[in-house]
Amino acid sequence: MRLPIVSRRAVLGSALGAAGSAVLPAAAWAQGTPRRGGTLVVAADTQPRNLNPAIAASNGVFYVASKVIEPLAEMSYDGTGLAPRLATEWSGSADGRSVTFKLRPGVTWHDGKPFSSADVAFSAMQVWKKAQNLGRVLFNDLEAVDTPDGGTAIFRFSQPTPFQLIRNALPAVTAVVPKHIYEGTDVNTNPANTKLIGTGPFRFIEHKPGEYYRLAKNPAYWDRDKPYLDGIVYRVLPDAGAIAAAIEADQIQLAAFSAIALSELPRLARVKGVQIVNKGYEGITYQLTVEINHRRKELADARVRRAIAHAIDKDFVVKTIFSGYANASAGPIPKFDKVFHVADPALPAFDVARANALLDEAGYPRQGGTRFRLRLLPAPWFEQTRQMGDYLRQALRVVGIDVELVNNDAAGHTKAVYTDHAFDLAIGSPVYRNDPAISTTILYQGGLAAGVPFSNQYGYNDAALNTLINKASETLDPAARAQLYREFQRLVAQSQPLIHVAEFTFISVIRDSLHNVANNPRWATSNWADAWLSA
Amino acid sequence: MNPVVRIVARRLGHAIPVLAIVAIGSYGLLALAPGDAVDAYLSGGAGGDAGYVAQLRQQWGLDRSFGARLLSYLLSLLTLDFGWSVAFSRPVHEVVLDRLGNTLLLMSASISLSFSLGTVLGVVAGSRPGSWRDRLLSMLSLALYAAPGFWLGLMMIVAFAVKLSWFPLGGIGTIGAPLEGLAQVRDMAWHLVLPASALGLVYLGLYLRLMRSGMVEAWRSDFVRTARAKGLARARIVWRHVARNALLPVVTMLGLQAGAMLGGSVVIESVFAIPGLGRLAYEAVGQRDVPLLLGIILAGTVMVILINLLVDLAYAWLDPRVVTR
Repeated sequence: MRLPIVSRRAVLGSALGAAGSAVLPAAAWAQGTPRRGGTLVVAADTQPRNLNPAIAASNGVFYVASKVIEPLAEMSYDGTGLAPRLATEWSGSADGRSVTFKLRPGVTWHDGKPFSSADVAFSAMQVWKKAQNLGRVLFNDLEAVDTPDGGTAIFRFSQPTPFQLIRNALPAVTAVVPKHIYEGTDVNTNPANTKLIGTGPFRFIEHKPGEYYRLAKNPAYWDRDKPYLDGIVYRVLPDAGAIAAAIEADQIQLAAFSAIALSELPRLARVKGVQIVNKGYEGITYQLTVEINHRRKELADARVRRAIAHAIDKDFVVKTIFSGYANASAGPIPKFDKVFHVADPALPAFDVARANALLDEAGYPRQGGTRFRLRLLPAPWFEQTRQMGDYLRQALRVVGIDVELVNNDAAGHTKAVYTDHAFDLAIGSPVYRNDPAISTTILYQGGLAAGVPFSNQYGYNDAALNTLINKASETLDPAARAQLYREFQRLVAQSQPLIHVAEFTFISVIRDSLHNVANNPRWATSNWADAWLSA
Repeated sequence: MNPVVRIVARRLGHAIPVLAIVAIGSYGLLALAPGDAVDAYLSGGAGGDAGYVAQLRQQWGLDRSFGARLLSYLLSLLTLDFGWSVAFSRPVHEVVLDRLGNTLLLMSASISLSFSLGTVLGVVAGSRPGSWRDRLLSMLSLALYAAPGFWLGLMMIVAFAVKLSWFPLGGIGTIGAPLEGLAQVRDMAWHLVLPASALGLVYLGLYLRLMRSGMVEAWRSDFVRTARAKGLARARIVWRHVARNALLPVVTMLGLQAGAMLGGSVVIESVFAIPGLGRLAYEAVGQRDVPLLLGIILAGTVMVILINLLVDLAYAWLDPRVVTR
């Protein structure tokens, strides 16, 4: 049973259930004429302390806040990959020192004040650049935002910055907050961080801690005939079993982020009116990884790391731990990202004999059946990260590596791995956020300070890779930049500083009265302006 | 001195060192747990950089030494300031008071249920030990005592909320319904039926067995034989002589249960989505929110001390010999 302690979308219940037959194509629920009205009730499991998406860019925050506060652009399944929101056009200069946004006219804040380029400039300079977890790095070189008129914002960078990167980052890092509310206050403690004021299709009404969040339709939304819903209620349901019961009884119409224990899915798939949707999270793909402490002599040897990779049967992990709702990983960039992903033949395949041979060659013969002993810390946030720990222990025993499992809760694990470096192997689940430079290359870059979670705290520092990462971060031409990241993938496939095992997204369980579900790659964290409920 | 006043004064005198030990001990224990509130917060986010992490530690006052933090906490405690909850960005006393009402409601409802039903059924079973009624009730009590509370809760949800739709699935009130006065009380009571039963039924079995065994023992004592020899009516013997004496261990249990329920209700509060103190404590530990956890523990300690005081007074009423000793 799952309790509400582990946040980090603490959800991927348990096994994903063999519910393949109940997974419908998107078209099956995207049809029909939208009906107006009705209140959508959904399950929520975490209640972030700071609900402002401009400060706390994380999926737990976006799940609620993205309906109230909008970014400049949202991800989309169609050709360009982006759909306009508060910005209607964006273009980068040839020298990489400026990006110009044309903003949507006729937008008002929920308190009635007009939205303008001043809000974007304020958000960028005072909030994203200074206070946001991702923005602090991404907008580090942002020097100023010019506002020649109310409908134009020009971002000026002190260093050439790839427009491709800024563009890819728009959905996650550019939530715009009202200048007139935040100006002259401490951005981090402003009361509007929990009582949101935005431009989105829904207004924030109230949060009863431990009970619910309530949003109501914004009648002055810029997309005139939307939203269709009258409101959204997020019911705080900390128990996975209770969430399953609630959807079965039609008391909620959506359980997102795999909130329902995966072992329940086959049963729920047979309940009339319930559908299982395996789509709509591609833009926030997670990677199940084995993190390696390179300070440990044995693990500093690439042959040993490759041997460990050879010992892991990725297909078994996908079939057993994820019940098929995942893909075997082919490197640090998921297959969904067609621009950057490259399938590399150097990736170690499951091959126990090869693993044994490599370990012998590295100079670690079996002594009484065991070569050496490692401490393994599985991250507690997903059932799957914990189960992967159990699996890896078995898999490594086969090749003569004895593993001691060390279990911690979320805070303890974060401290042990990312600050104290008190581990040999760890199981992690980093997120890929639409561009390798946002949350991915930080896992490989050498020389970072201790204490930063989800970054290279592995004691790995490879000059060639560092150079490549730096070069890609300042390469302006999109094709050349993509080429550099392909090179990056080839290097890490060879030396395996981390081992990527599986890429996975989430499952939504919905009532079939809910329509326009999963119609963009980060649907659960998008604005739901077009979602509607049939009678 | 009036014996009741004496009991109260002595108990409250004991309470102060107890509270101090609890406060310092828990503060130290939670400081020993690996990771702090910033680690817990970051584990739920999407990362950041070193400057961001340092900025958070400074904002939340976690950059000071353990001694400095403990000292300033204890000093503010003396002025009845319970500190600031980092997980909720609110003062601790507000967060705790928000939840305290729900927990007290749930606790009192389930304790009343288990105590009243348990003792009455115990009297029924113990009035004729060995009868078919006694055997049936003993079996029932065993079954209830063996059932885990969360399982009982989930089964009740499936039966009475999902299949029959008699009761709501969870929560403490209808969301968004602007209810007032009697309508609101009825709404809350309706929401409490399943969780209070799930929590109470497990203990019901315990009370039943305690009451029954106490009565079986009392039947064998000399004063009961005397009462029978006097020719008293059986009902009078059962209630005045046997049941009253068997009630003492049950009252002891009541005091213990009240304390245990603060912890036991974490599970029931989660299953039924009731925002109470148990779940709050669980979240506080996970978030490494030291001031909040201490606030909860202190509130719990005060409640346990008060309940034990009431139990002692009840003893004095049930068995006057207790006071003279």
